[in-house]
Amino acid sequence: MRILFSLMAGGLFGVGLMISGMTDTQKVQGWLDVFGAWDPTLAFVLGGAILPMLLAWQLTKVKTTSLLGTTIPTPADPALDRRLIIGSAIFGFGWAVAGFCPGPALASLSFGGFGGLSFMVAMIAGMYIQPSIKFFGLGSKA
Amino acid sequence: MIPTDWIYGLIGGVMIGAAAAMFLLINGRIMGASGLLGGIIDGTGKANMKERLAFIAGLIGVPAIVYFTIGAPATNVSNNMLVLLVAGLAVGVGTRMANGCTSGHGVCGISRFSVRGIAATLIYLLAGGVTMLVLRHGLGVI
Repeated sequence: MRILFSLMAGGLFGVGLMISGMTDTQKVQGWLDVFGAWDPTLAFVLGGAILPMLLAWQLTKVKTTSLLGTTIPTPADPALDRRLIIGSAIFGFGWAVAGFCPGPALASLSFGGFGGLSFMVAMIAGMYIQPSIKFFGLGSKA
Repeated sequence: MIPTDWIYGLIGGVMIGAAAAMFLLINGRIMGASGLLGGIIDGTGKANMKERLAFIAGLIGVPAIVYFTIGAPATNVSNNMLVLLVAGLAVGVGTRMANGCTSGHGVCGISRFSVRGIAATLIYLLAGGVTMLVLRHGLGVI
C-alpha cells in the first residue's frame, strides 16, 4: 500500500508541476527575475500548493499517525545553521542559472531532451558528492 | 482579466499541495523531491528505499505518460552544457546541504510555519534573484 500511494503522490506531484508551469525553465527564471521582466505565476503555484498543506498540518494536530500507521515527522530544531543558509544560497544560485529545481527536473525527464538529462546527471553528481565536502562543516552531518 | 498562466499555476499548485498532503496523511512522510531522491543517491534512505523509488517512478513516469498521450509544455531548457552542469551541481549540492528544496522547505515547510523552511525559502529566492540580476542583466550569460 505504501508503495502504491507513494507512486500516486509522485505522479500527482509531477502532473501538477507540468500544469503549473514549473517545468518551463524560462517561466521559473522569469519568476526569479524580480529586477527585470518579473513573472508572478510561481506565487500562484506556491500559494496553491500551500493551501492543501495548511489543512493537512492542522489534521496532524488531531491525528498524529498517518493512515498507514507511520508517526507524523516532528518539526526539526528551528535553529538556523550554516548548512541551511549556505546550502539554500547555493541552491538558489543553481535554480536561477538553469531554471530547474529537483521536482520539475525529474518530472520533465521524458520531455526535457538532452539538456534536461544533462542537468539531472549533474544534479545527481552534486547530491552524491555533497556529504564528502570536508570544509566548514558543510559535508555529511557529524 | 486574470492571465491564464496564473490560473494554470494555481490549479497545478493545488495538485502539488494535494500530492504533498496525501503523502503526509497517508504515508506519514514529508514530500521533498531533493530529500527523496538524495536518500537514494547517497544511501541514507535505505530504510524506506522502495517508497522513495516508487515516488520517483511516479514523478517521472506519470508526466511521461501525459507527454506521450496528450503532450507537454516546452521546458525551454538551455543548450549550453556549462550552464546545465554548473546549475545541476549547485542544485544537487545546495539542496542536500540545506536538507530541502522548493517542495520540502517551500511547500511543506511554509505551510507548517517552520522557521527553517521559511528561512530557506527566503534565502534561495534572494540568491536566485541576485543571480538573475548579475548573470542576466549584468553579464548577460543566462
